[in-house]
Amino acid sequence: MSDQPIVEVRDLRKTFSVKHAGGVSTLHALSGVNFEIMRGETLGLVGESGSGKTTAGRILVGLVPAGSGSVRLFGHDITGADGKVQLAKVRTRLQFVFQDPYASLNPRMRIGSAIAEPLDIAGGLSRKDRNDRVAELLDLVGLPKTSIDRYPHEFSGGQRQRIVIARALALNPEFVVCDEPVSALDVSMQAQIVNLLLDLQDRLGLSYLFIAHDLAVVRAVSTRVAVMYAGSIVETAPKSQIYSDPQHPYSRALLDAVPRADPDYVRHPVVSGEVPSLLDPPPGCSFHPRCPFAFERCRVEVPILKESGPDRRVACHLFA
Amino acid sequence: MAVPLLSIRNLTVQFRVDTGWVTAIDDVSLDVGTGDCVGVVGESGSGKSVTALSVLQLHDRVTTRMPSGSILYQGDDLLRAKGSTMRRIRGSEIAMIFQDPMSSLNPVLTVADQISETLRQHQGLTGAAARKRVIELLGLVRIPDAARRADDYPHRLSGGMRQRVMIAMAIACKPRLLIADEPTTALDVTIQAQILELLRDLRRELSMSVMLISHDLGVIAEFAQRVVVMYAGRVVEDAPVTQLFRRPVHPYTMGLIAAVPALDSDAPRLTTIAGRIPGPQEIIPGCRFSPRCALVLQGCREEPPSMQMVSDGQSARCPPRIQVLDVRHV
Repeated sequence: MSDQPIVEVRDLRKTFSVKHAGGVSTLHALSGVNFEIMRGETLGLVGESGSGKTTAGRILVGLVPAGSGSVRLFGHDITGADGKVQLAKVRTRLQFVFQDPYASLNPRMRIGSAIAEPLDIAGGLSRKDRNDRVAELLDLVGLPKTSIDRYPHEFSGGQRQRIVIARALALNPEFVVCDEPVSALDVSMQAQIVNLLLDLQDRLGLSYLFIAHDLAVVRAVSTRVAVMYAGSIVETAPKSQIYSDPQHPYSRALLDAVPRADPDYVRHPVVSGEVPSLLDPPPGCSFHPRCPFAFERCRVEVPILKESGPDRRVACHLFA
Repeated sequence: MAVPLLSIRNLTVQFRVDTGWVTAIDDVSLDVGTGDCVGVVGESGSGKSVTALSVLQLHDRVTTRMPSGSILYQGDDLLRAKGSTMRRIRGSEIAMIFQDPMSSLNPVLTVADQISETLRQHQGLTGAAARKRVIELLGLVRIPDAARRADDYPHRLSGGMRQRVMIAMAIACKPRLLIADEPTTALDVTIQAQILELLRDLRRELSMSVMLISHDLGVIAEFAQRVVVMYAGRVVEDAPVTQLFRRPVHPYTMGLIAAVPALDSDAPRLTTIAGRIPGPQEIIPGCRFSPRCALVLQGCREEPPSMQMVSDGQSARCPPRIQVLDVRHV
């Protein structure tokens, strides 16, 4: 593992304009996000609806422009004045896998053509090499070669996600953003896809940004975990620590809220309240209205993500 | 033994498709006793929602048939009940809440209007009396500032608040049985925990029986007292919750529990169940789980297995496993 991170996100901010009957409001989707991803590792980005995890992932692959702050991919700043040029240089080295494999595949395109599409766009392969590569990719994700001539509707949800993964790997990317890749799948299918992603990482040395709301799935795939709440990262830590010793009160509340598949488990008291509106975020720490430990400073001053232990950072005044 | 509040007996439901009739659920039996909380768990296509919808006969009459079975509510077969009887039972005796509160609420009516409709239909409450009861109900489901919220339209409410409104509507007539079909699946995990806590409190306060349908074994373990596991349209296991998680008998139940990723420990890989869930039109002779079963025997592929008693209160649809367990116990 080299010391240079392949992804470096610094003070990333993003707002969206929301039109409504009363005029236009500003939605604060990301309010200063920092993280990096090292080669070969998986950063799990976990949070509830509206936490900004999907927006962060989309900015990383250039699907949504950044507001302010910087995103460096393989050392290239894709957010500067020549961001488009820089992104084009690294385009083939990154890929994206979405939640819904039904929506990600053209229903009228045969699987072979769907998987070959990135190869055809990149060009430079003979007919035979192209077809060999498609066969190789199908094999890599555990689908039979006979799948080539079939259509998406002939496959189950889990198989379709395998097809989407095969297509994402066609150009040998080094970094893949996976946005809720197993959320639409049943438990027994979910485990198969999670294991496939782990196997592919071992074989191909991939790095992942794994975005999910399911903390248990994130634990299964991640090296490090970043917890997001209302547009900010509230805590990052190596996986084992975030689950055994969460520091931020929100991380703790989130873990406590997950129902365990154990009838004898006694749950901690449930956190009250709901996620704040991103149109009108509360002053200070965005979690303070729900936080059982909030004190005066939390209501006025936004906490900054700061070192709180080896390879750990937390944005909470309790740790200042 | 007392008559259970709800008793589904050998129910088979078929849907019409282009090529004929497909069997969505086959020979399903389950009981919900007074005050019980029964969880029905299964993956897509297991038939858990079809079972729930059958109780209130919410299926399209033209494309659905129930060639066998009965649904006994307090001893009377709902499948033979008159339309007027069913209309009385729906909402006032048995209420139902669904996964997506937004599509269950009318977007152009205020919260108060929608809840009042139930009160008018079943209890004849109108005007100020209905409004008073609406505000009381919103308070009961812990909606803050209930008097003001009553005049909001659904789009002004968060997902969690909408589900609270749905629950208020469901409990408006103090039903004896609440059927909750994936009530927290569309919600964030902290809101899910709040809604489950609310349902648990209401169940006690209103002494209501609950049939909870979920794909999430965590939700089931936390909420249910008894669990019915369904696979590909059939009940494969029925057991008290502790027994089900401590000593699952059916290989599918074992696989499903093992496949849940652990939150409190690490493993290099998740445990999987090989193969995939069959579609309703796929014909699988014998046990429908046999193509994926790690413990499959030759006989499993020939004879459809029957539900058999394992021990007091636990039964499973896997005679070979039960036989093995019996031998070990002797």
